[in-house]
Amino acid sequence: MSTSTAQTRKPRLDFKDRVAGLPKPVKIVLWALFAVFLFALPLLNIPFITTEDSDFGGVLFTVATYVLVALGLNIVVGYAGLLDLGYVGFYAIGAYVVGVLSSAHASLPWLVAVPIAIVVAMISGVILGAPTLRVRGDYLAIVTLGFGEIVRLTLVNSQWLGGARGITDIPRPPGIELFEVPSLDWSNGTPVVDLDNTTTFLKFGIGDFVPYYWLALVIIVLVLVFDILVKNSRVGRAWEATREDEDAAELMGVPTFRFKLLAFSLGAAIGGLSGALFAGKAGFISPDSFQLLLSILFIAAVVVGGAGNRVGVILGAIVVSYFPERFREFADFRVLVFGLALMVLAIFRPQGILPPGRTRRVKRADEREQVLEEGLPDA
Amino acid sequence: MPEPTMNMPEPEAEGIIHTEVDITPLDLGGPTIADGEKLLEVDDVTLRFGGVVALDGVSFDIRKGEILGLIGPNGAGKTTCFNVMTGVYQPTSGGVRFLGTALGRRKKFAITKLGIARTFQNIRLFANMTALENVMVGVDAHHTTGVISAMFRLPKHRSEEDTGYRRAHELLRFMGLDRRADELARNLPYGDQRRLEIARALATNPSLLCLDEPAAGFNPAEKIRLMQLIRSIRDQGYTVLLIEHDMKLVMGVTDRIVVLEFGRKIAEGAPAEIRDNPAVIAAYLGVDEEDAS
Repeated sequence: MSTSTAQTRKPRLDFKDRVAGLPKPVKIVLWALFAVFLFALPLLNIPFITTEDSDFGGVLFTVATYVLVALGLNIVVGYAGLLDLGYVGFYAIGAYVVGVLSSAHASLPWLVAVPIAIVVAMISGVILGAPTLRVRGDYLAIVTLGFGEIVRLTLVNSQWLGGARGITDIPRPPGIELFEVPSLDWSNGTPVVDLDNTTTFLKFGIGDFVPYYWLALVIIVLVLVFDILVKNSRVGRAWEATREDEDAAELMGVPTFRFKLLAFSLGAAIGGLSGALFAGKAGFISPDSFQLLLSILFIAAVVVGGAGNRVGVILGAIVVSYFPERFREFADFRVLVFGLALMVLAIFRPQGILPPGRTRRVKRADEREQVLEEGLPDA
Repeated sequence: MPEPTMNMPEPEAEGIIHTEVDITPLDLGGPTIADGEKLLEVDDVTLRFGGVVALDGVSFDIRKGEILGLIGPNGAGKTTCFNVMTGVYQPTSGGVRFLGTALGRRKKFAITKLGIARTFQNIRLFANMTALENVMVGVDAHHTTGVISAMFRLPKHRSEEDTGYRRAHELLRFMGLDRRADELARNLPYGDQRRLEIARALATNPSLLCLDEPAAGFNPAEKIRLMQLIRSIRDQGYTVLLIEHDMKLVMGVTDRIVVLEFGRKIAEGAPAEIRDNPAVIAAYLGVDEEDAS
């Protein structure tokens, strides 16, 4: 019934519709397989994908933090349309709150420090947003750019925060050592289970970064679910309306300032969470980890992927963080290649790799409605 | 085979307007007044931008259930008047009372919640949202779902979404846009965009619907259809304030007319009186008069 509706209205089924048309059990199985694949990725050691020069688990963790940051920044830039160039500030705040509370001035466990880091980042988002969200567009970009630098310079100059040396000995996430997970060895051209090279589930050590990647992956899934639920609600619509036309939104009953502040603080909270995660893995943070360049890379991830499309920004984050690691042999030309890639993208896909499409939910709801009202469309 | 001309669709393949759909204003517990009583009072409003006097002591009122026309030559202050009523500008002196309460320095969204909705002279839809979502934003004006209830899909979120979608679809159907519900607003034909703006404004459940030149850019046939639509909106229980350039249209559809010129009210009355008012003819219809003679 629904397929015939779809076909009469739109003869060409695109990939999304095909996937949507699959029966529910098949979809669940496919998603589960995909999840298993993502979790197993660092152990599969698939040739070509795997980075040879640096530890693949560590690279995947970095990619995962970028994805997390991109998801958070997407709420601010993609949904609410607020160009935030100082996002690294929140990332730094998250990391430093964990550092201060668990190492420098107290010794709270990592798990306790993280929620506090999220809340502090969120509050800092409100503090920054309350005065600055009254300015729009380019002006907001400049103010936030300043914020990112203010945070970094404060870190450098505050001896209480460790100054330029930063904070060391940040505790790692708590783990339990349950069992060993073997990895695959491709050195003979065919995959062989390598029982010597194993990862302990779930031990957050210093030599093996795979468990950190798993933790980040779980957090990404949670944030994604949050993102989807909030986006498909009055809140998401209010953000988009504000982005499209702030004055019109206000005149249609949207308290735009409140919703902008909400987007800003939620984005800040996710940024803080990523920072906390980073601090837990690195064990050491210093102002050098939070350069302006990072803010620009974060923005690049969102814009390259397609601001406003969560799958797009995930792809964007992977492009921005994974490729430089994979092609380390061209390290000297990294920025050059990156710039060229951006130019090509700007020419061929100015909206990003995956520009925002309309949610299938809206379409489906609409089709249902039409079938209810008019019976099946005339064949 | 029937003759092809008999069943030809309309050339623009426009959606069918379903004026029979019930879109009467919802009772959300606000103050109500009887038909014919003063819904909105513009009281001696003056607005200056530096040395320019945009509105000069303008007073008139809108009674519940009527269609009031606001006319005047270009630059007379019609849209400015709209902007004062919807909170975009604060009057330099004087004030606006709506349902007995002064609007004061209320925020724009708060005024919308009180029950004044408007459309724009230049279409200002949320271009990258679907038609349905555009209307949903309007419906949301009276919703209170926040992050928490959306995150956990609490019953409040569900019931608001359900009633909201139903209401939005009814409005789209009323406006003949139900087939366009999931198209992006920017991809809609011009006429549909104009009607979508009205649907979005109606979605905020206004007591007073302000239409700023809704027929701009329409051909005569479309204009007549739109005026019929506006009348049926009124018949569903809305009060309408209409800015329009086309005198004939305004005469045909409105109950009363207020005429502005250079920021001053120069006449007010039934369409027939306005037509014969010498001041109006001089200010506004002068050209037509010469053409006719």
